[in-house]
Amino acid sequence: MAVVETRDIKKYFGEVRAVDGVDLSTHDGEFLVLLGPSGCGKTTLLRIIAGLEQPTAGEVLLGGEVVNGLPPRARKIAMVFQSYALYPHMSVFDNIAFPLKAHGVSKEARKTKVGWATSILGIEKLLERKPRELSGGEKQRVALARALVREPSVFLLDEPLSNLDAQLRASARDELQQLQRRTGITTIYVTHDQVEAMGMGDRIAVMYQGKIRQLGTPQEVYDEPADTFVATFLGSPPMNLIEREDRLVGFRPERFLPTEAIELHADLVSFSFAVTRVEYLGADRLVYGAVGDVSGDTKAVSRLPSTVTVPIQPGDSYDFAVQTADLKFFDKVTGLRTGPRPF
Amino acid sequence: MLLPATVYILALVGLPFLIAIVYSVTDVTVGDTSLDFVGLDNFRRIIKTPQFQRALSNTLFFAIVSQVLIVVLATALAELLSRDFRGKRVVWFLIILPWATPIALGTVAWLWLLDSQFSPIDWVLRSVNLLGPGTLLGPEDHMVFLGREGLAMASVIMVHVWRLLPLAAVIVLAGLTTIPRDILDQAEVDGAGFWRILFRIKIPLIFPIISIAILFGLILTFGDMAVVFVLTRGGPIYYTQVLPTWAYFVGIEGGSLAEGAAIALFLFPLLLAVAILVLRSSRRMEIS
Amino acid sequence: MRTVSFKRPAKRAGLYGVAAFFSFFAAAPILWMIITAFKGDWDLYRSRGSPFLFNKYPTVGNEPSPVVDSPTLENLRLLFFETNFTTFLWNSLAVGVLVVVITLIISIPAAYSLARLTGRWGERSGITIFLVYLIPPTLLFIPLFRIVVYLGLNDTLWSMVVVYPTLTIPFCTWLLSGFFKSIPKDLEEAAMVDGYSRLMAFLKVVMPLSLPGVIAVVVFTFSLTLHEFIYALTFVSSSAHRTVSVGVPTELIRGDVFFWQSLVAAAAIVAIPVAIVYSFLLDRLVAGFTMGAVKG
Repeated sequence: MAVVETRDIKKYFGEVRAVDGVDLSTHDGEFLVLLGPSGCGKTTLLRIIAGLEQPTAGEVLLGGEVVNGLPPRARKIAMVFQSYALYPHMSVFDNIAFPLKAHGVSKEARKTKVGWATSILGIEKLLERKPRELSGGEKQRVALARALVREPSVFLLDEPLSNLDAQLRASARDELQQLQRRTGITTIYVTHDQVEAMGMGDRIAVMYQGKIRQLGTPQEVYDEPADTFVATFLGSPPMNLIEREDRLVGFRPERFLPTEAIELHADLVSFSFAVTRVEYLGADRLVYGAVGDVSGDTKAVSRLPSTVTVPIQPGDSYDFAVQTADLKFFDKVTGLRTGPRPF
Repeated sequence: MLLPATVYILALVGLPFLIAIVYSVTDVTVGDTSLDFVGLDNFRRIIKTPQFQRALSNTLFFAIVSQVLIVVLATALAELLSRDFRGKRVVWFLIILPWATPIALGTVAWLWLLDSQFSPIDWVLRSVNLLGPGTLLGPEDHMVFLGREGLAMASVIMVHVWRLLPLAAVIVLAGLTTIPRDILDQAEVDGAGFWRILFRIKIPLIFPIISIAILFGLILTFGDMAVVFVLTRGGPIYYTQVLPTWAYFVGIEGGSLAEGAAIALFLFPLLLAVAILVLRSSRRMEIS
Repeated sequence: MRTVSFKRPAKRAGLYGVAAFFSFFAAAPILWMIITAFKGDWDLYRSRGSPFLFNKYPTVGNEPSPVVDSPTLENLRLLFFETNFTTFLWNSLAVGVLVVVITLIISIPAAYSLARLTGRWGERSGITIFLVYLIPPTLLFIPLFRIVVYLGLNDTLWSMVVVYPTLTIPFCTWLLSGFFKSIPKDLEEAAMVDGYSRLMAFLKVVMPLSLPGVIAVVVFTFSLTLHEFIYALTFVSSSAHRTVSVGVPTELIRGDVFFWQSLVAAAAIVAIPVAIVYSFLLDRLVAGFTMGAVKG
């Protein structure tokens, strides 16, 4: 097992700064998620760690050793690509045995190891098939088995679930996490899907414009966002932001409730909420509208669980409130989090 | 909309092909154009001649060796050209030159390059002390490339490879560019080195397109006689005589149209068999 | 563990080594042609000096050289003014362009209808087309000559213009049909829903997307007409109607006498501009082969 560390990694493609100074350090055996919108540099960072790209500057360390300049095969890593990249001309067995062959493992040992990896993923029956005869879920398992079979010290996964349909994705998420827990292999997982990130990651690194904006547990990045980007990227719908003098004040839609639905009435900040639209989603209601503000109206959303039964009609105004402890403050210019201030 | 193409091909390939078949079973000559049916006599007669047998074995040798060389070199060249490096455009330009030279003129130039007396290649070999008295390549001052049995065939093959390599490389390169980058990255992460990626991933994946290149090469090798015609005219003696040139010499220069047609037609079933074999095997390779 | 920091430059050197090998193999004869084109006879035949340099006739004192000395423009003068070289060039160009046009006019509709043929028919005819090539020109040219005579085209440029498409149409149809297959039918149908006729939908949507394929076809066709030797030799007997590949050798090889320098000059004069054009089109050419021959 090993720790992955990057020191001030930069990667420029001409004028474009794909990765712009990333310092990142995993814990041993950790499931770390790189989360960000497309084009934020997360895949480039992963490819640099894998050795598929050379960084413009900075160092990559695996298990405490600088591996810059080492080709991927010398790095004891395994990678699963978004497309799974199964070799179309080889059977499932040959696909999984390929990394072993490349490392000069004997034929007998190859058989044993492939058997071991396929039994973990439950694909023993597919060994003779060709990739084109596999379903999406089966392909993903084969790709995982191929990554697993070398017993790498680091797993690198590049959006491995994005080609699966929604139903399959939920169960695959579960299996993948279990697999990682069981093997204890340090894993870096790239995704743009916050549900995957929140559900699977021990820690999440939120990336934007080539930089890591925040690194923390799912709870930390959700509840204590480091800046307005993280605050608005995570959560669905995202955090409401309203302007107050020199700062931005943020609060989560699920914390923004009708005053009468809040049991504890201490430390409340009240708003007049002019409702324009209500979406009924079964378990929740999403209420869209605007809150009155010194500088005019600002759009806001409230997410009401079905336990809140207060009737709400579009076109009317209601008294809504947030508990003071749930308000987050950000600098208006830099967007960075600031300490709590009187509202 | 297929009609114009079909009519064109039928009129200018199908019809002459039929005429050629008719010729091959008659006794037509340049002097006597009356068609008298003689059955397979022409075939029986030519098969027995040592010249024909030599031409047949030469043709097979020439085709197989040059195709192997072309495929190996074209794969290496395509592998090179699939990478990015400074000056690639210049390299492109230099490599494409043989294909841009009209083959008859290019071969005339080689005729001098391989000349028995003035060959610049001899001069180079002499000046690096590989040729001449007391050197590796022997006491003579000249290689006489086109005048010795083995060397003459080697020369013909080399010129043929020289002119076909650019086209073959372009075709193989087209195949290489279709391999998804993920697959190659994956192979690298899986620990495969350059040779393993080349032989276990790239070549199997582009096999269908390589087989198309081979088929093309074979067709040009069997069908186009310009290189042999200009370079050696089949000589010395019959050492480089191939079926297309032999058909030309017998049919046109010898005036025996029927025998010429029979010789040229002899290639057809052979070529057909090879083509079907190649197309079959390439269809069995499957890329998903 | 091996470090690769010093391996990268080595890899680089290897790459340039391979590039140099292939460039040399391909281009050295052409380079030699360019030099030789300016050589005098003495330099070519008598001098024991390097064939890749110009060697002066050794003169004593102020004696004028008794021979045409290197480097000289004499060979080019001979080529341009004492042979029909410029006519050959024009003929080659005219034949090439006309054959390209005919090939496109006939291949495009054929390829399109093949591409849109569904089921086994489409697949089979694609392969059948290829089989046309198996009939060697050496077999065809004798009967073809008769047909050309019958059509009254012998000894004209038209004989080549009419016959060459038989060499190009099958391949081009096959390549283009691969191309058209790779273009989703939806695109055309969308254009037709948007109010274009089928023909206009084809011209406005399918053709622009097939440009690399068309370029590949043009390059392939043109180079084939430039190379073609047997038909040109058989069908045309007067110098004024010959193309470069036959005209130059027949005029500059007079019996046993080869006008070497002018011959190789002609080869280089054709090869270099054509290679420049090809090298600019190469990316599209590769794309054309990729879509047409690999994916289609």
